[in-house]
Amino acid sequence: MHAFKYLRASSANDAAAAVAKNSEARYLAGGQSLVQAMKLRLSSPTDLIDLGAIKDLTGIKVDGSGVTIGAMTRHADVAGSADVKKAIPALAALAGMVGDRQVRNMGTLGGSLANSDPAADYPAAVLGLGATINTNKRKIAADDFFKGLFETALQPAELITSVTFPAAKRAAYVKFKNQASRFAIVGVFVADTGSGVRVAVTGAGPCAFRSKELEAALSKSFTVEAAAAVKVPDKGMNSDLHASAEYRAHLVTVMAKRAVQAALG
Amino acid sequence: MGVKVSMTVNGKQVSSEVEERTLLVTLIREQLRLTGTHVGCDTAQCGACTIAMNGKAVKSCSMLAMQAEGADIMTIEGVAKPDGTLHPMQAAFKENHGLQCGFCTPGMVMNAIDFAKRHPNASEQEVREALDGNLCRCTGYHNIVKSIMAGSKAMAAGK
Repeated sequence: MHAFKYLRASSANDAAAAVAKNSEARYLAGGQSLVQAMKLRLSSPTDLIDLGAIKDLTGIKVDGSGVTIGAMTRHADVAGSADVKKAIPALAALAGMVGDRQVRNMGTLGGSLANSDPAADYPAAVLGLGATINTNKRKIAADDFFKGLFETALQPAELITSVTFPAAKRAAYVKFKNQASRFAIVGVFVADTGSGVRVAVTGAGPCAFRSKELEAALSKSFTVEAAAAVKVPDKGMNSDLHASAEYRAHLVTVMAKRAVQAALG
Repeated sequence: MGVKVSMTVNGKQVSSEVEERTLLVTLIREQLRLTGTHVGCDTAQCGACTIAMNGKAVKSCSMLAMQAEGADIMTIEGVAKPDGTLHPMQAAFKENHGLQCGFCTPGMVMNAIDFAKRHPNASEQEVREALDGNLCRCTGYHNIVKSIMAGSKAMAAGK
């Protein structure tokens, strides 16, 4: 790991000011991706601004319309939250599938979204539920957030403070995981929101995306059979040693079928 | 070079001068000389470096020492009683032959203790899932699972 300067920020404003001063500075959330990337010298920030001591960025609030989760809330806390389990069970279940126990005790919601790993789980929930990403500057709709491989709509120094997830009538997330890394080879989040069906796919493309084909079919009929009849095009899908684009496209349909089955209970 | 970090390790207050980039596992092994915490893969896959931070199992190779400022850290050295009496989870690993070479064992035990505290009546399937972040290359996991089931029971019984 290359040397860097470390700052423990005491507030979101302090953190944002410190990162704004230096284009090579980075926020440090749980560090479960960033620290490993730095060890491999894939990332070499000159300054790390640690968000770990900022109390305001942690916590779960539930109201009538959904759940708002602080950006620094750990996956394990979302997975174990009785409030989240009640309001959006699929979201709690998804948080419990990220990485492994130890990673879930450190990794954060905001860190996962800002990193936008193509195989991360949280982007599927954010996109599938049509969540709103709240930053220190504005609110960003999930549909406008994921831009490409490790690329988001976040501006330099912009900091995710929380995410608001609207509750769905029924929803579920199913992933076909890489047995070694636990990342999604393909993960599909299906949500019947009450005003339409949203289907978000992670692992298959450069970043999480919605499947128009599955959404159209499931809006007409929210059944396993309707999902099974959809052939998802493999154009633009990832192809690597774990799975070809063609196989990933096939898995999208299979995971969607299982997710619909799970959502129907 | 030279930032100060303070934390409690196995009940003792510790203050150390580290580089900003010093990993928690490096501080634990090379400065505190607590070499029971192992570095296996160094890429967050194997879990041999698992310690408890504020009672939760985390991978000490995947975090900076600075992220543990003010935290209560427990390593495998802090698990047994001061008189050497094994923790029920350690005893269960011994009883059930839950190790062969022993390299992964400290991480297995640290994760298992945290898991058993939260899930005292876990099924075998749940125990296997809880081991997602710990690799063992000798045992085939079977006796590790048996050990954790027995250790959980002993912990719940307050032994």
